Amino acid sequence: MDVVLLSRLQFAAATMFHFLFVPLTLGLSVLVAMMETRYAKTGDETWLRMTRFFGKLFLINVALGVVTGITLEFQFGTNWSRYSEYVGDIFGSLLAIEATAAFFLESTFIGIWIFGWKKLSARAHANVMWLVALAGSLSSVWILIANAWMQHPVGYVIRNGRAELADFMAVATQKYALLEISHTLSAAYLYSAFVVMGISAYHLLKKQNVELFTRAFRLALIFGVISAAVVAISGDMHGVNVTHTQPAKLAAMESHWETTTRAPSFILAIPDEKNERNLIEFGRIPGLLSFLGKHDFNAEIIGLNDIPKDERPPVLITSLAFRAMVGSATLMIFLTFWAFIKRNKLLESPKLLTAIVFAIPLPLLTIEAGWVLTEVGRQPWIVYGLMKTSQAASPIASVQVLGSLIGFVVVYSILGVAGFWLMIKHARTGPEPAREASV
Amino acid sequence: MVLQSTWFFLWGLLWAIFFITDGFDFGVGTLYPFLGKNDTDKRTMIAAIGPLWDGNEVWLITAGGVTFAAFPKVYAVMFSSLYTPLMLILFALIIRGVSFEFRDQIKSPAWTRVWDTAIFVGSFVPALLFGVAFANIFMGIPFNGDGVYEGTLLTLLNPYGLAGGVLFVLLFTLHGALWLCIRTDGDLQQRTIRTARILWPVLVVAAVTFLGASWFATDLYNNYLAQPALFLVIVFTVIALLAIRIFIAREAWFKAWFASCATIFGATFYGIVGLFPNLFPSSLDAAFSLSAFTDSSSPLTLKIMLGVVLIFIPLVIGYQVWAYSVFSHKVTEEDFYAH
Repeated sequence: MDVVLLSRLQFAAATMFHFLFVPLTLGLSVLVAMMETRYAKTGDETWLRMTRFFGKLFLINVALGVVTGITLEFQFGTNWSRYSEYVGDIFGSLLAIEATAAFFLESTFIGIWIFGWKKLSARAHANVMWLVALAGSLSSVWILIANAWMQHPVGYVIRNGRAELADFMAVATQKYALLEISHTLSAAYLYSAFVVMGISAYHLLKKQNVELFTRAFRLALIFGVISAAVVAISGDMHGVNVTHTQPAKLAAMESHWETTTRAPSFILAIPDEKNERNLIEFGRIPGLLSFLGKHDFNAEIIGLNDIPKDERPPVLITSLAFRAMVGSATLMIFLTFWAFIKRNKLLESPKLLTAIVFAIPLPLLTIEAGWVLTEVGRQPWIVYGLMKTSQAASPIASVQVLGSLIGFVVVYSILGVAGFWLMIKHARTGPEPAREASV
Repeated sequence: MVLQSTWFFLWGLLWAIFFITDGFDFGVGTLYPFLGKNDTDKRTMIAAIGPLWDGNEVWLITAGGVTFAAFPKVYAVMFSSLYTPLMLILFALIIRGVSFEFRDQIKSPAWTRVWDTAIFVGSFVPALLFGVAFANIFMGIPFNGDGVYEGTLLTLLNPYGLAGGVLFVLLFTLHGALWLCIRTDGDLQQRTIRTARILWPVLVVAAVTFLGASWFATDLYNNYLAQPALFLVIVFTVIALLAIRIFIAREAWFKAWFASCATIFGATFYGIVGLFPNLFPSSLDAAFSLSAFTDSSSPLTLKIMLGVVLIFIPLVIGYQVWAYSVFSHKVTEEDFYAH
């Protein structure tokens, strides 16, 4: 295997593993901060026990999220040196801003939160978690601005044989970035809402700590309802934007081959990429793709056949990822709606609670699929329209990359198993008994 | 020229701060199996750095990020040339980070032993490899005009590179021991003091050896000979190193630790000043070397990033100093990692 493929596999493994944990920390920090603020205001110990219970879950996640983030930054240099050299003027600055303006804040204050229970007042300690939450989301904003630039490069000039910054504000505030930020952040918040609701539902089904978990469930539910609305609205707007900025990605998402007006969507379509058609088309909905892409059932949508072969993304992966994302997100929105209706009689709704427990892996599937869609759908470009992935890898021996890839798989598998096992164990055990929590 | 020179020294400054801050974490982790006689000792040592290591590690991410932003080609060639050592450092940092969090989650001797080992490996390996990597950078790395590395995996493990590794391990271990002296008392502190007293003369020997070997192995002294006032950097470092021993004798731990910070700062700038204006010299041909003047980002990016750094780095230092002041008392069982 060549360096490009191995490096892609390694980056995909590292990103997807990182993304198992980081989105959860983004939302969980907000929820934990809310819980602790309630405690600081009311002095009610239930909130404190809730804070400590979900706080521990948050910390296991943070540990795994933080340590796997460094490898991502460094891989641009180790594995994608041609890319780094070409775009560092813009892309590198965004990563450096993320570290100085956001990641420092998050990392420093997490340490203070873990060890500062007895050093700070309740209110100050809660505020520390608010800073952590703010910094975490701010951090993702800069990373997503950087990713959006790879999807839709703006504000640059090609000079001295590389892409150089011409307009910083154009890069930082372009529409693609704003949509990606709102969509990804709200999805991350929805993920954490589902985890808190799922764990709460598990204990409510067993009638354990009913007061604590009813409160936690409702808190997460409000957070979830708002997040679900933002996910749906931003997702729709993002789809329209992708139609204009990345027509190849849109066509691959729907495995849409012929340019037509009134373009249909299929519930399931399996592409035959060699013969440029679909093998299986099931559940045709006329005009839906035109509507999703341009908010007009009769609009013309460019098909893959009008895009040069060497500029098409892998259709099968892109389209399956899109279906997995939309399908599971729809299910989550439905569950959120159901939970909202039953919010005042949770204990009498075992069916809802059971469904919510089993739905815990759903947001994971959704966001991983969304990330695959974003990244695979951009191929064969590393920077859309500007640089191909095949030109971006480092001039290094493939045996080195093979070695590190094996290392990543081994280390991450062990850490992943240990991390999830610890989290599940902690989630099932439940919070500390009431009297011990009074520290 | 001024902008690029400013960035060159900022780049050096960020590395120096990383070595000063995470350096004592590496040191404590390296001493961990030797000084941690029982579980209380070990948990004390973890609590001594527990609140701070995470924020300290971000200086590495910032040093890397700033290299990427200000000198993209240097970032590209440096990180790809040093592929395997960097990957080993990353793996080490990963297991170190999770081991602090995981160690006390399960009460089982086998579980604890795994993460105890991880703390040592995850601290010792980066200390050693950063030393090896930087010594090799001082010497020059065999890469060609196209940025392609022409050495092998073993090229870096030459005597001078290894001397750099040993020097870094000793610098960080003493640095960590002094931090432990600040944060511990009783038997653990007494053993740490003895260790610091043994480490200091060994460090002096390693430092003198390295300074001498640099004369033969590198071109670092060219800048010093051209501008003899620069020898003050070496004088400063030597004074700081001597001050450590004086403060150890007086049992003034904060002062000893600050002197150690100054020593690491001086040692880093000893190399940085010698390298200028090169960030990543090539050993094949001086014409291939990457320099601050020819391989920087555009003036616009350098200006914007200078603004970012001038606003945020003082802010970061401000809240990190506050964090240090909150967590500089003697560790008691109340400070142990617990939920």
